Amino acid sequence: MADIELQGITKRYPDGTEAVKDLNLKIADGEFVILVGPSGCGKSTALRMIAGLEDISDGELLIGGQVVNERAPKDRDIAMVFQSYALYPHMTVRQNMGFALELAKVPEAERNRKVEEAAEILDLTQHLDRKPANLSGGQRQRVAMGRAIVRDPSVFLMDEPLSNLDAKLRVQMRTEVSRIQQRLGTTTVYVTHDQTEAMTLGDRVAVMRAGRLQQVDSPRNLYEQPANLFVAGFIGSPAMNFFSADIDGDRLATPFGDVPLPHRLRAAAASAHGKRVIAGLRPESFEDAEIAHQQNRQGGHEFEAEVELTESMGSEVYAYIRLEGDVAESDELAEIAADTGASEVPGGGTSQVVTRLSPETSVRHGERARFWLDTDKLHIFDPDDGTSLGREQDVVAAAPSPAEARQEEAAPRAPSA
Amino acid sequence: MRHGTREYTTWSIAIAAVFVFAMFPVLWIVSLSFKTPATVGDGRLVPKEWTFANYNALFSGGLDSPLLRPLINSILIALIATTIAVAIASLAAYAISRLDFPGKFVVLGGALAVSMFPPISVVGPLFDMWRALGLYDTYPGLIIPYLTFALPLAIYILVAFFREIPWDLEEAAQVDGATPFQAFRRIIFPLAAPGVFTAAILVFIFAWNDFVFAISLTSSNNSRTVPAAIAFFTGESQFTSPTGNIAAAAVLVTVPIIVFVLIFQRRIVAGLTAGAVKG
Repeated sequence: MADIELQGITKRYPDGTEAVKDLNLKIADGEFVILVGPSGCGKSTALRMIAGLEDISDGELLIGGQVVNERAPKDRDIAMVFQSYALYPHMTVRQNMGFALELAKVPEAERNRKVEEAAEILDLTQHLDRKPANLSGGQRQRVAMGRAIVRDPSVFLMDEPLSNLDAKLRVQMRTEVSRIQQRLGTTTVYVTHDQTEAMTLGDRVAVMRAGRLQQVDSPRNLYEQPANLFVAGFIGSPAMNFFSADIDGDRLATPFGDVPLPHRLRAAAASAHGKRVIAGLRPESFEDAEIAHQQNRQGGHEFEAEVELTESMGSEVYAYIRLEGDVAESDELAEIAADTGASEVPGGGTSQVVTRLSPETSVRHGERARFWLDTDKLHIFDPDDGTSLGREQDVVAAAPSPAEARQEEAAPRAPSA
Repeated sequence: MRHGTREYTTWSIAIAAVFVFAMFPVLWIVSLSFKTPATVGDGRLVPKEWTFANYNALFSGGLDSPLLRPLINSILIALIATTIAVAIASLAAYAISRLDFPGKFVVLGGALAVSMFPPISVVGPLFDMWRALGLYDTYPGLIIPYLTFALPLAIYILVAFFREIPWDLEEAAQVDGATPFQAFRRIIFPLAAPGVFTAAILVFIFAWNDFVFAISLTSSNNSRTVPAAIAFFTGESQFTSPTGNIAAAAVLVTVPIIVFVLIFQRRIVAGLTAGAVKG
């Protein structure tokens, strides 16, 4: 058991490129922290630096209060699960799981006991004498987990451990990973590019982009209070809709019409009077106007738009509507989105809006329909640097418990390549 | 997929032709080794009179016999050269495939350059040097040049094999607490076994079959190997050619190679790394 502290960790390659820039992160003992971000954001490099497989160019890494920058992986008391599993093909499952203990000169009887204990947890008991080649993908993945568990290390490091599994198995193993971590209570750092994994597994999620840490927070806070345009666009599926809007006193001029600003944004808006900002609204903040009336939802804004496409998911309907207005505006938005990173997420910076409606909706594609949007859920971002305006910092303090956060399952998302 | 009769016949004929072409000289040598001196030149594949006299002659006289001592020399020299070559080559190849160090390409290029010299071009200087150093007509006197020429080949083969072993395995071993040498010995080396055995077979055959060094750097049965010893065979009299004896020695000298290859071929299992990493 140990806490981990990254102080200004930087990875610089000989050619001068920086994969990780000044990363500061404190991970408490027993905490499950997810590093998430698009490909090439430096999350794997950061993990490998914690593991000791990659040199740290700058900054200090502390595990259990001790600086371990110069320590070899074997002296850091960590266990790592690799994306490729990296099982030793010439050894049986038992030997694979016991290898670390054997190297640590643990007596054979104790070694077998620990391996069998781990095999029990992972449901691998009947496969102990098989070789990795004769196991299915899910079983191999569990062996890789088992190899980490038997060590009883102070820190688990997992590098996209589920990304090689098919979709169904991934969901199954995801709950498994969560169960094991809760049972063992070991500090865990988990790297993934899959935001569903990030949202469901972690106590806290660290979002990275281009080597920089964007935000560290509980999954719910990331979702409800994104620190900037990138986090807002990256977390959530389908992604948040972005559009340009003008602040006019207490009102916001959007392509959907003039909407009143929610109270929490008014202070921020007052200082940015007359300014053009980027506004964001999640798909579920829209509703079929008729249904919103039936549900008697208050404080919204209604508008009419043409439906381009509908996708029925059974439990919900996605309706795609196109924003009406100046095309140049959306070009401008696209450019800002590219600068701030929102264009790295699907749907970011386009003029198409995704709405998530109740399944009872009668909206049909190709027709005009009336929509309702929840103005309370509006986000506004500074167009210059993409930071969120009027974000309530004190919300962070009232973070939900991990169990609560886990129930906030994000919508199912097709596996991204 | 089903093949037509016609296709089947064509292939059978082609395979039979290649087989006969490859095996006929071998069968001819075997046949010669069983012929009496009188019938050696009769041109028949199946000897008219069978005799073991040629084989008996090779071993008559124990250690002083024409073949026994050279056979022992050959086996020892080839095995020692193979062992040393594989040990050095696997360490060198591991470093080349895994580490970034200055002069990596010089090492690889140098190894390749060494194997470009025709052996005959270095035999003369070696002869003088070995006499001066006292290595002439000794085991090391042959093992050293064999290593020089076998190492580049072994290194190239092993580099190719080591490169195919996923990096992750080694990192996993490191995280599991292995020192670099433990990771090499317990994980990488066993996985490269097919490559190690391939290299071993090739080095062994090279050392076993060498004639140029063996004939030039030896002067007695102390270290003379079989290929060189055969060249010193004499007939029963000045006027008989030792054809039968040579044929018998050739057959005998082939046997250890076949045994060696058969033993190690079983270890060259394709797909040994299957299951290490996904896809």
